[in-house]
Amino acid sequence: MSHSKAATIFNKDEKKVNWHDKALWFVRHKRDKSAHSVKGWEELRNLGHGIKAHTLSNLDTYLIQFEENAIKNGVQVHWAADADEHNKIVQSILKAHNAKKVVKSKSMLTEECHLNPFLEANDIEVIDTDLGERIVQLAKEPPSHIVLPAIHKKKEEVDVLFQEHLGTKPCDGDPQYLTGEARKHLREKFIQADAAITGVNFAVADTGGFVVCTNEGNADMGVHLAPVHIACMGIEKLIPKQEHLGVFLRLLGRSATGQHITTYSSHFKKPRNGAKMHIVIVDNGRTEQLSRPDFRASLHCIRCGACMNTCPIYRRSGGHSYDSTIPGPIGSILSPGKDLKKHSTLPFASTLCGSCSDVCPVKIDIHTQLYKWRQIITKETPQPFIKKTSMKMMGNIFSKPSQFDKVGKVARWSLRNLPKGMINSKPNVWGKARDLPLGPKESFEDWYKKRNKDEQ
Amino acid sequence: MKVGLFIPCYINQLYPQVGKATLELLERLNVDVMYPLGQTCCGQPMANSGYEYESVGSCNNFVSNFKDFDYIVTPSGSCAYHVKKHYDIIPQTDDVVKVRENVYELCDFILNVLKVKNVGAKFPYKVGIHKSCHGLRGLRLGSCSEKVTEAYSYIGELLKEVSGTEVIELTRADECCGFGGTFAVTEEAISVKMGKDRIKDHLDNGVEVITATDTSCLMHLEGLVTRNKQPLKILHIAEILNSVN
Ligand code: SF4
Repeated sequence: MSHSKAATIFNKDEKKVNWHDKALWFVRHKRDKSAHSVKGWEELRNLGHGIKAHTLSNLDTYLIQFEENAIKNGVQVHWAADADEHNKIVQSILKAHNAKKVVKSKSMLTEECHLNPFLEANDIEVIDTDLGERIVQLAKEPPSHIVLPAIHKKKEEVDVLFQEHLGTKPCDGDPQYLTGEARKHLREKFIQADAAITGVNFAVADTGGFVVCTNEGNADMGVHLAPVHIACMGIEKLIPKQEHLGVFLRLLGRSATGQHITTYSSHFKKPRNGAKMHIVIVDNGRTEQLSRPDFRASLHCIRCGACMNTCPIYRRSGGHSYDSTIPGPIGSILSPGKDLKKHSTLPFASTLCGSCSDVCPVKIDIHTQLYKWRQIITKETPQPFIKKTSMKMMGNIFSKPSQFDKVGKVARWSLRNLPKGMINSKPNVWGKARDLPLGPKESFEDWYKKRNKDEQ
Repeated sequence: MKVGLFIPCYINQLYPQVGKATLELLERLNVDVMYPLGQTCCGQPMANSGYEYESVGSCNNFVSNFKDFDYIVTPSGSCAYHVKKHYDIIPQTDDVVKVRENVYELCDFILNVLKVKNVGAKFPYKVGIHKSCHGLRGLRLGSCSEKVTEAYSYIGELLKEVSGTEVIELTRADECCGFGGTFAVTEEAISVKMGKDRIKDHLDNGVEVITATDTSCLMHLEGLVTRNKQPLKILHIAEILNSVN
């Protein structure tokens, strides 16, 4: 389904749209307050951008350095070229440890690879332990936001969902009660888990360690209890040095939720005594994106979600309207790189207002990349005949001033003289909810010519 | 100083009063301004829709019309931005480089080239500024709420000096109106919703007149205001700055 179709469906319930918009605007507003309290904010963004650009240009070196250091620390490192290989590696690790029950903290990479259904099909129970992710998991839906996976759900809906799956009492969506119950439910899962899977926010090349950021402490809870820890990361998660965390952790917490720092920034380096630690490093299309000069900066992303919260379209169309693992502006420049045809409407789901690029903590030129994808999509995917020919016609008219004048006259006459009902009729999508301007008798140019004649 | 006036295609055809106000205003400020008759469109509608290659003719026509002027002034942040940012698709001859360097949005030109703040206008109304995105985040005609920079606004500075005008603060200072060129049609539902929300913000804060540096945003907002019979007037900034009587 095209983005606009999905967005139209989402907009049938205007109250819900208003609520969704306000909830996310609130987060954007909190981000503003906390960013504006940092004097050197723009300098931090420059640094973040620079470090990422440098790392991506030397990715081979840093990946090898990271692997060497991680191995020295006693961690087992695996490489996966694509989603399929990633899933198989995770499964084989679990099999080797005879692990049947897995707890997983938030990881967009495992979403991207569709790890859960793969493991479930292999008789392994996977429980998402981030509260928002657990909610969408129970609802059998994909996350609609990368930081706030269940932001599209109202607390009353969570109430019903928990009654059905966790046997809670009806509570009118009382958040305190619901989170309390979720906590009890998850504690049990943590205790029973045979293995814990986490994502990786930052992998540090010069130490071989990595950092996982959560607000609920669920990554630590899983890792500290289970005998096996599997951390899955995309190749772009690398940063060269430990000290660079000082830049990224400050940018991430503020940009994501307006917190000065995420509640838990958990540093992992080596397995504790008797336990095992694995890292799976995944490409899955990233080197291809890296090879596209116009789009490589999309790999700077630290998954803070700020571009979603700020996007006036995302806020009013919901994350599911993007039909891709990463929704919103950043998703709209990443997804076409994976499947141009499937995601061909996403770069057009934007007014190119540029708010995403200005909010992005690592200064990805998101809206410029959207513009560039548009140029590629019209050439490489089938376009509606009408759009193609009308653009060609416009191109011709505008390159010849005499034609432009003639066409303008006809258009103005029609607006003035045709009945409103006809002008705002069905084929005119503009006119469904908006009036068209009244066509003036005289164009500016007519007036200008006349005025100059009169003056002579 | 020779100034060429660029009147965007839709202003020329649908909002000639904006073109007139721009010309009269510049003349009142003693600018030697001329409107080259061979001009059409900057090419943006095609380019933003993904058909940059169909806009080459427009770009060349624009350059040949304006290459001999010291400055090119236009009552549209969006078109000025397009020329500056996206005219990299044609060979960068001296003429093209010159045109790209010297194209100015109207308020920017008055404030930063003419160095005039008070244009002598009188407009006793409560005015809400719609900060059109391409001007704001493209040309940086003002600070945006995302970046941590000093606050400024060219259009705001000019309006502050207009006699009788009260500039109204909005709840969301610079959210997009949802026009977006063909977006207005291809993503109709969202476009309309965004426009409605913008208008509500202005109404909630007691605005009587919405103004902006871009008629395209205003056409979209006006279409909604007229359809929904809302008590708001929509005027381009040139029309306000040209209100002398
Ligand atoms: S693109 Fe930028 S703003 Fe969007 S999620 Fe990534 S880092 Fe955050």
